[in-house]
Amino acid sequence: MPRPNAKRLLAGRGRYVTDITLPRMLHAAFVRCPFAHARIFSVNADAARAAPGVRLVATGADLARICTPWVGTLDHFKGMKSPPQLPLPVDIAVWAGQAVVAVVADTRALAEDAAELVEIEFEELPAVTDLDMAQEPGGAKVSAVLPDNMCFRAGLDNGNVDELFASAAHVVEGDFTFGRHTGVTLEPRAIIADYDPSEERLTVHHATQTPYQFQDLYSRHYGIPESRVRVVAPDVGGSFGIKLHVYHEDMAVVGLSILLGRPVKFAADRTEAFVSDIHARDHRVKARAAVGADGTLLAFQVEDETAIGAFSTYPRTSAVEGNQVIRLIGAPYRLKGYQADLKVLFQNKVQTSQYRAVGHPIACAVTERLVDLAAEKTGLDPFAIRARNLIPDDAYPCTSATGYQFERLSHEACLSKLKALMDYDRLRADQAEARARGVHRGIGIAAFVEITNPSPAFYGVGGARISAQDGAILKITPSGEVRCLISVTEQGQGTEAIIGQIVADHLGVPQTAIRVITGDTEVTPHGGATWACRGAGIGGETALQAAKKLKGQVLALAGTILQANGEDLDLRDGEVVDRANGQPRISLAEVARIAYFRSDTLPKGTDAQLTAAHHFAPQGYPFAFTNGIHGSHVEVDVETGLVKILKHFVVEDCGRIINPLLVEEQVRGGVVQGLGAAFFEECRYDEAGQLTNGSLADYLVPMSCEMPDILIDHVETPTADTELGAKGCGEAGTAAASAAALNAVNDALSPFGAAISQIPMTPARLLKALGTI
Amino acid sequence: MTAPVPVSLIVNGTEVSRLVAPRTTLADFLRFDLELTGTHTGCEMGACGACLVMMDGEAVHACLVFAVQAVGSRIETVEGLAERGAIADLQAAFHVRNALQCGFCTPGMLVTAHALLERVDEVPSREEIRDALSGNYCRCTGYEAIVDAVTAAAQTRCCGGARPADALQDEGVQP
Ligand code: FES
Ligand code: FES
Repeated sequence: MPRPNAKRLLAGRGRYVTDITLPRMLHAAFVRCPFAHARIFSVNADAARAAPGVRLVATGADLARICTPWVGTLDHFKGMKSPPQLPLPVDIAVWAGQAVVAVVADTRALAEDAAELVEIEFEELPAVTDLDMAQEPGGAKVSAVLPDNMCFRAGLDNGNVDELFASAAHVVEGDFTFGRHTGVTLEPRAIIADYDPSEERLTVHHATQTPYQFQDLYSRHYGIPESRVRVVAPDVGGSFGIKLHVYHEDMAVVGLSILLGRPVKFAADRTEAFVSDIHARDHRVKARAAVGADGTLLAFQVEDETAIGAFSTYPRTSAVEGNQVIRLIGAPYRLKGYQADLKVLFQNKVQTSQYRAVGHPIACAVTERLVDLAAEKTGLDPFAIRARNLIPDDAYPCTSATGYQFERLSHEACLSKLKALMDYDRLRADQAEARARGVHRGIGIAAFVEITNPSPAFYGVGGARISAQDGAILKITPSGEVRCLISVTEQGQGTEAIIGQIVADHLGVPQTAIRVITGDTEVTPHGGATWACRGAGIGGETALQAAKKLKGQVLALAGTILQANGEDLDLRDGEVVDRANGQPRISLAEVARIAYFRSDTLPKGTDAQLTAAHHFAPQGYPFAFTNGIHGSHVEVDVETGLVKILKHFVVEDCGRIINPLLVEEQVRGGVVQGLGAAFFEECRYDEAGQLTNGSLADYLVPMSCEMPDILIDHVETPTADTELGAKGCGEAGTAAASAAALNAVNDALSPFGAAISQIPMTPARLLKALGTI
Repeated sequence: MTAPVPVSLIVNGTEVSRLVAPRTTLADFLRFDLELTGTHTGCEMGACGACLVMMDGEAVHACLVFAVQAVGSRIETVEGLAERGAIADLQAAFHVRNALQCGFCTPGMLVTAHALLERVDEVPSREEIRDALSGNYCRCTGYEAIVDAVTAAAQTRCCGGARPADALQDEGVQP
């Protein structure tokens, strides 16, 4: 079932924030700090203020007067700390590229011209630019207000790890490095803030996933009552977690509009996006596994250090990723022991935070590489060792070694499906034959567990005002059509399509008669919107329950009109019918006409409601975990270090599948992002903390010719926590793609006794691993 | 040097004349002066392909062309191509195959695909299509659906078969 809103986008009629122009709209540009760490001595903006078209030049102090600071910590992360943040820094800038001064002018070009005239005197301060520097005793500090560079430290220990390692037949280990990469949404971040002083109302058009979260934040930090703040998210050109964090420029733009009483627009250009969008990953992981003689995995021990930049992001924090890494490592397997230590450290770089499949790719790569090493040690095939150690499909419900509660997963079913999908034995035969010709192919697999449908246990318990529930309002229009207002938002993943589908199915009207409206806090009910794969699982269940309520209303009313028992009626394809034999009785349009225009013909006291609202938050398991497994087939050119990705395979289980077309393309898109991480994408910094590849010419993204065809198969294990049974799938592709690729490359390298444990696996790193350079 | 200069060109079949600053790119001219916002900008340096338009029959990066350089030329944007039905088959194939997610890359993809299909007279292989799309960045899809959609459109365009529009209607899809 194709998406109803796609035709508009295909006609060039999308309406993204970057496309929107409001009357009397002004444009903001920012002067950015050229140093990784610097004191702002003085700002001379006289020339800029006098430049053509300039309406305002604002410094950190100007905005600090109207905006309260924010701190990126969550209460349930004990001991977590982060310096307070303001839209623009008042005295010290903490990364190269941080916005320092804002210029607002009639056009973006004029604002940029004037920005060049702003003179800022900086005093360069010692910068912390890597994990080692961040931990040097007595070394430089990122923030003067904190005692050290440790944002958060946590551990997990179930007690018996030392014993298990002591008794193990084998211990395998690895030191892993994961580069920083970033979201690179094709539409960069964009915002238009429109403050109307006459009504003291703020309207923000924002390319975001989470309009309600921003309504709350703009209201609280600028002291505007929530009822007077409206956030509208129109078409959004890609998000992937990038567009739900608070950015300094965005907060500044709201302040600028308040100061000017006019709409102000800021759309990051690509270079600005690279230096100010959140980055992600940046981990160094030391991990080892205790393995029995027969290949049984006994215990894992892990140290994760993650570099998050100068602040922890707000309001979701930059500690979630590391926390998920240490909890997701080993998650698909039966382990007797687990111990982990996590250090989340500040440095003078842009913040890292949640990006598609938060923590999953790191956890998965570490786990799956160790499993392959254990296989190698014990002479088992990668499929065989997984068959021995994955949590069996009949072992549920159960709890993982790190404390996650699993309702029901399907690792074994996925494993055998993948083997068939890959035609594994043939691939192995092909590999042997190719090797004989000096062609080095590799096969890698990686099982994963994905966190979806998060309950309030995720952010709410930590004090963040991020909704775990979603809401839907369904109404029948006078002509018998359906309006569905829902809080989950659309960024192209097909939210509106699946919600429409669910309502059509459960209400009994054709999908063409349903209009789904998302992304406007003034119109749609409050909710969590889109993050952590909750659109189908939570939003879909909300829509389903609302549809059932509305159906009840329609049938009750139809029963009154027809002098029949509502219970004996049904709504099918827009017609009220006899439940027993499907005989049409009255059209929905006629019911609506009577309800709206001729209520005088109804008996006194008839309840003529044709609008239903429903809110839903998960109440069962804290998360609806999904699972799956990837396979990767690659060819490594051992002369050049270049890797050709021949094919990628995924078997995933996201519970009930509502729209296979959307699920599969979500998974493929996710795989491509994972393969980008595996082979190309890296934000590279020099020693001074300068990003050296901040453009699409230098930062490599996967393009069509490097990407393989991706074969997908499914297992369906619906969650029993909801009637719909759907779980998330948006991160399944990213979660394990790079892990499978890592294993595949290492498999290809094995005849050379070479191995790699760093991603991205660039040609230079591969040649180094091969000892050629 | 920054004084506005007059430009006239034919955009989507209509002659337009405006005064523009010499530094205005064709992409900005189309987007802001003419409000043809179907042409997107993702990098403004010729790397992402979101801004592709047809200029005198060739696909060009509107972010790399200044409006003043386009004087006298015939420009066709995604809106124009869509309105005159030139890409109806591609649009239908993209729709059926869900070959788009956020849609931000889509106008550029359609322009590239259209330019490819205009220039070949047999169905290009998947590799050839992937190669032709190698300047179009898409962050959302896995590219595969796009390749499938272009293949489907090519099959009907190049092999003289029914326009996919008809074929798709059989599947119950209104192109
Ligand atoms: S905006 Fe022109 S190629 Fe990216
Ligand atoms: S569909 Fe979003 S960039 Fe291609």
